[in-house]
Amino acid sequence: MPDKPAHDAETGSVELTNNREEIAALEERVVGRIEDLGYPKSARFAVMLALEEAIANAFQHGHRDLPDDTPIQVTFRVTKDHVQITVEDRGAGFDPRDLPDPTVEENISNPSGRGMMLIRAYMSEVSHNDRGNRLSMTYRKP
Amino acid sequence: MTHTDSRLRVKQQDGITKVEFIDRNILDEANIQSIGDELGAMIESASDPKLLISFANVDHLSSAALGALITVNNRVKGKRGQLKLADIDPQIYEVFVITRLNQLFDIHDTSDQAAQSFA
Repeated sequence: MPDKPAHDAETGSVELTNNREEIAALEERVVGRIEDLGYPKSARFAVMLALEEAIANAFQHGHRDLPDDTPIQVTFRVTKDHVQITVEDRGAGFDPRDLPDPTVEENISNPSGRGMMLIRAYMSEVSHNDRGNRLSMTYRKP
Repeated sequence: MTHTDSRLRVKQQDGITKVEFIDRNILDEANIQSIGDELGAMIESASDPKLLISFANVDHLSSAALGALITVNNRVKGKRGQLKLADIDPQIYEVFVITRLNQLFDIHDTSDQAAQSFA
């Protein structure tokens, strides 16, 4: 990967398997670019969290019925004023409207089901394709 | 005592088990599972578990880590014990607020304050 001047945007497309080193390298690449471009510390936290949750959801839920080594595709574009990320898995997809609210009394003690909520809380825009296997999210620099 | 591959620092003091995380990022599913198992073993080995978890070294955590904490909380409650959380960075505390888990957990600003609050 060639070094880029700090004022440049960076675009990338990475095929990831469920391997911590690969995931951490991608997160560091995206978050490192955010820091180079002068985003605040809160942006690093927000993008890191959303990216982590999106990747975890893709492998744990999207690929639940697929072989462990099935890869996902992550694309990103970091510019001086926004960060766009897509995470696409090879699963059947899901309807995000079906997700239960993890904050209601009956679900608050459930150990799972908070990833999508956190992505929506920290990203400026979040959407899914019709099939429900590709998440697109945008963070806008405050 | 901490075993060699532990992701935790554990200290016993005045009947309280104080736990700190070694890693700054608590994201990796395998590590989270390991942390949950280790905390679970501590809870099971105590008749009246008093567990204080400090987040002093933690920069990032995922919803999977929150899930592990909820499981720990459920197990502590199952043994009529007490779980306190402390030293949470403001950015991470915001995650607890967004998910309303600040209402589920007993959270204190500092470990000292948490330790003093045990009944």
